[in-house]
Amino acid sequence: MFRNLLMTAAAVGCLAAGASAETLRYATARDIYGLDPHAVTDSFTNIFTHHIYEPLVRYDADLNIEPALATSWEVIEPNRVRFTLREGVTFHGGQTFDAADVQVSLMRAVDPRSPLRGNLPGLTAVEIVDDMTVDLVLEGPTPLLNNYLTNIFILDSGWLEEHGATAPIDASQGEEGYTTNNANGTGPFMLESRRPDALNVMVAYDGWWDSPEHNLTRIEHSPIGSDATRVAALLSGEIDLIEPAPLQDAPRIDNAPGVHMMQNPGLRTIMMGINMGESLVDGNVEGNPFQDLRVREALYHAVNMELIRDRIMRGNSRVTGSLIAPQVTGYAEEMDERLPYDPDRARALLAEAGYPDGFAFNLNCPNDRYINDAAICQAMAAMMAQAGFEPRLVTEPRQIHFQRVDNHEVDVFMLGWATLPMLDGFSVLSAMLATPGGEYGTFTPAGYSNSRIDELTQSIAVEVDPEHRLEMMHEALMAARDDVVWMPLHQQPLSWAVRDTVEIPQPADGLVRLWYARVTD
Amino acid sequence: MLGFLIRRIIQSIFVMLAVALIAFMMFRFMGDPVNSMVSENATTEERDEVRERLGLDQPIWVQYGRYVARAAQGDFGLSWRNARPVSTLLAERFPATAELVLVAAGLSLLIGIPLGIFTALRPHSFLAQSLQFLSLIGISLPTFVTGILLILVFSVWLGWLPSFGRGEVVDIGWWSTGFLTLSGLKALILPSVMLCLFQLTLIMRLVRSEMMEVLRTDYIKFARARGLTNRSIHFRHALKNTLIPVITIFGLQLGGLIAFAIITETVFQWPGMGALFIQAVSFGDVPVMASYLVLVSLIFVIINTSVDLLYAVLDPRLRVDGARASH
Repeated sequence: MFRNLLMTAAAVGCLAAGASAETLRYATARDIYGLDPHAVTDSFTNIFTHHIYEPLVRYDADLNIEPALATSWEVIEPNRVRFTLREGVTFHGGQTFDAADVQVSLMRAVDPRSPLRGNLPGLTAVEIVDDMTVDLVLEGPTPLLNNYLTNIFILDSGWLEEHGATAPIDASQGEEGYTTNNANGTGPFMLESRRPDALNVMVAYDGWWDSPEHNLTRIEHSPIGSDATRVAALLSGEIDLIEPAPLQDAPRIDNAPGVHMMQNPGLRTIMMGINMGESLVDGNVEGNPFQDLRVREALYHAVNMELIRDRIMRGNSRVTGSLIAPQVTGYAEEMDERLPYDPDRARALLAEAGYPDGFAFNLNCPNDRYINDAAICQAMAAMMAQAGFEPRLVTEPRQIHFQRVDNHEVDVFMLGWATLPMLDGFSVLSAMLATPGGEYGTFTPAGYSNSRIDELTQSIAVEVDPEHRLEMMHEALMAARDDVVWMPLHQQPLSWAVRDTVEIPQPADGLVRLWYARVTD
Repeated sequence: MLGFLIRRIIQSIFVMLAVALIAFMMFRFMGDPVNSMVSENATTEERDEVRERLGLDQPIWVQYGRYVARAAQGDFGLSWRNARPVSTLLAERFPATAELVLVAAGLSLLIGIPLGIFTALRPHSFLAQSLQFLSLIGISLPTFVTGILLILVFSVWLGWLPSFGRGEVVDIGWWSTGFLTLSGLKALILPSVMLCLFQLTLIMRLVRSEMMEVLRTDYIKFARARGLTNRSIHFRHALKNTLIPVITIFGLQLGGLIAFAIITETVFQWPGMGALFIQAVSFGDVPVMASYLVLVSLIFVIINTSVDLLYAVLDPRLRVDGARASH
C-alpha cells in the first residue's frame, strides 16, 4: 500500500517534470487598451488579443497569409467571396465555432460605431450558406480582402449575446462593455487574469486546433513604461523579453551575460511630407517655393541620411528612397535609390529656382512617436540650413503634431507609415498620395494632386489580377517618387532584447507573436 | 467647529470646479486624441465623426459644462483610452497610490523625527555631522535619479528587490493591498524609499533646527533649573513645541507626496493613479485627466482641513482661536 503510494507519487513527479512549466515573462512599453478586439485599432493591442482570438486567415512568421479559422476561399462573383470554415474548432469557453460566429463578428467589426470599420472597407453583408460556409458580400472586387481579414478577430455569437455585447463598444456612450475585461477566443492562449497596467496572464489552450510550435504553458505580460526600468528588469532576470529595447542601451544589453539584442529593419518607413499648397504656414516669401520641383529636389539633396543612420540611429536604420519597405507588396528596387546627398547641388537648384538666399519654413516633427524623431529633425534642420534653407524646427507631442498634419498646418512634416495591417503599397497610394476626397488622401500633403496617380489608385483598388495590379502600383509609386511629394528617410529598426533561453522570430511588422516562441533550459 | 467644516466643504466645491475649469482650458493645448483612437487608415470623415461623437467639436465651455453636469450626478464618463468608467479606473488605482504614500509618509516621520532629535541633541558628534551631509544629498538629488540608482543597486546588482510593479496583491473588497504578501511588501520598499527621501530629509532638518531653537528658550532653562531629567525636558517639553511647524510642513508635503508619486509610479511601474494620469496625458484622455485633477484637489482640501483640526489637538491656544474664528 505504502509502496504503491510512493510509486504513484514518483509517477506524478515524473509527469510534472515532463510537462515542465515554461513561463515566458515579457514586458512592453505600455499596456493594452482593452480586450475587445473590435474596440481598438492599436496594432500592439491587436497582436496581444491575437493570442486569444483568431482571424479567418493570419500572417505567419514571415508575413505570408495562411489559413486560420477558414481553410479555403474562392471568389465566386466579383463582389462575393466564399469561405469554408475549419471544422472542430472550439472556443475557450467550450462553444463550437461555426458560420454564425463569423457573421456576427464581421458585422460587429464593420458596424458604423466600430472604430475598426476602416480596417475592413467595402463589406456589406455576411451570408450563411451552411454551418461551415459563409459568403462575404462586398461593394466591389476587393483584392486585399484577405489582408484586411488578418486583423479581424472572430468571437462567439452565443457568448456575445449572453453578455449583451453584440454591439461594438462606443467610448462616447458611457457604458462599460463586458468584452473589455473578458475574453473567449479560439486562439493558442487563454486569458487567466488581467490587472490593467500591472499584469496580464495567459495560459496555453490545450484544445487549440493547430499543433503548437511554441512550448509555453504560461505568458506573464507586464507593461513597464520607463525605458531604464524595463532594461533593468531584463538584466535582473525578472523579465525574459522586452519590446522595445531602447537603442542607446543596446551595447550594454549585448555585453551583459545571458541576454542579447534582436534588431532588424522594421516595416515602418519614416518620411517627410512637403506642403505644396498656395502658401507656407510660416514662410517669409510670397507664395510657396515648394510648388517648384527643383526646390523639393534641393531639400532632398540637402539631407545626409547615412550620417543620421550612423550618428543618431547608431547604425541600426535602413536608409531608403522608397515609401514602402521591401517586404511590402509593390516594392521594387529601383524605388529605393535616393537622390544623393549633395549640398552644392541643393544650393544650385535653389538659386536656379530663384531663391539664392533661401527661404523660411516650418519643419514639423513629433517628439514621442518614432524612434529618435526629434533628434533626426534637429540634425536635418542643421543640414538644410547648410544647403541654404531656413528651417524653423517645431517639435511637439504626437497628439499636437498629428492634429496639425490633419489641419494642414505644417510645411515639411514627419510621418511614419508601416502599411499595417494590409502590408500592401495600396495603403500608401490611397492615404498619402491620392487627391483628398472621400476615403482617399487623408495624409496627402496640401496642394498635391496627380490625376494619373488618382486614376491608378482607383484601378488598383478593384484590380484582382495580381500581376497587372503590381504593374500599376509600380507606375504610381515611381510617379510619386519623381514628383518628390514625400522625402523618404529610413526604415526604423525593430529593437527587442531577450534572454538567451528564448527563441522567437522577429517579423518585420514588429509584432510579438508568442505562439512561435520557445523557451529552452 | 461645525461651521468651520461646512465652510470648508463649500470651499472645496469651488476649488474643484475651478480646477476642472483650468484643466479644460489647458486640454485645448494637448492636441487631439482622435488620432490615437482611429486606425491609421481612417479617412478624414471617420475622424471628424469620432470627434463629433466625443463632443470635441464643441467649444471648451460646452465641454466643461457637460462634464460638470454629468460629474454632479456622479458620472465621470468613460475613459477614451480603454473604454472603462473613469470612476472604476480611479478606484482601482487609488489603493496602490494610497499604500505607497502612506508607507512613504510613515517612513519619513518615523525616521525623520528621531534623526532630527538626535542631530539637535548631539550636533557635534560625527554621526550627526554625516547625517547632516547625507541629508543635503537627499534634498538636492532629483527623485527619478535616486529611483534609477536604487533599481541599479538593489535589483540589477544585488538582485534582492523587484525593479517594477506591486508584487502579488490581495483583494479585500474593492481594495487591493500589497501589505499581506511577501512579494507585495518587497515591492513596496524601493518605491517608498524613493518617494520618502526628500520628505524625510526635510523633516529631519526641520526638527533639528526647531528643536535647537526651543532648547535655547527660557522655559527649558527653568526646567533644567527645576532639576527635571534630560529625558523629560527633551521629549515632554521641547519636542512637543517643535511639532507644530513640523505638522504644517508635513501636511503641505503630504499633498506633494501624492504629486511626486507620479514620478515614482512611472519609474517603478507602480499601478497607481499617477501612472494612470501620465498615460491619460500622453493619449489625450480628457475624462481621466479631468477627474484625476479634481480628485487630487479634493484630497488636498481634505489634508489641509485635517491639519487645521490637528493644530487644535496639539495646541490648546489655537482651540479657542479656532472656535472664535468659526463664528
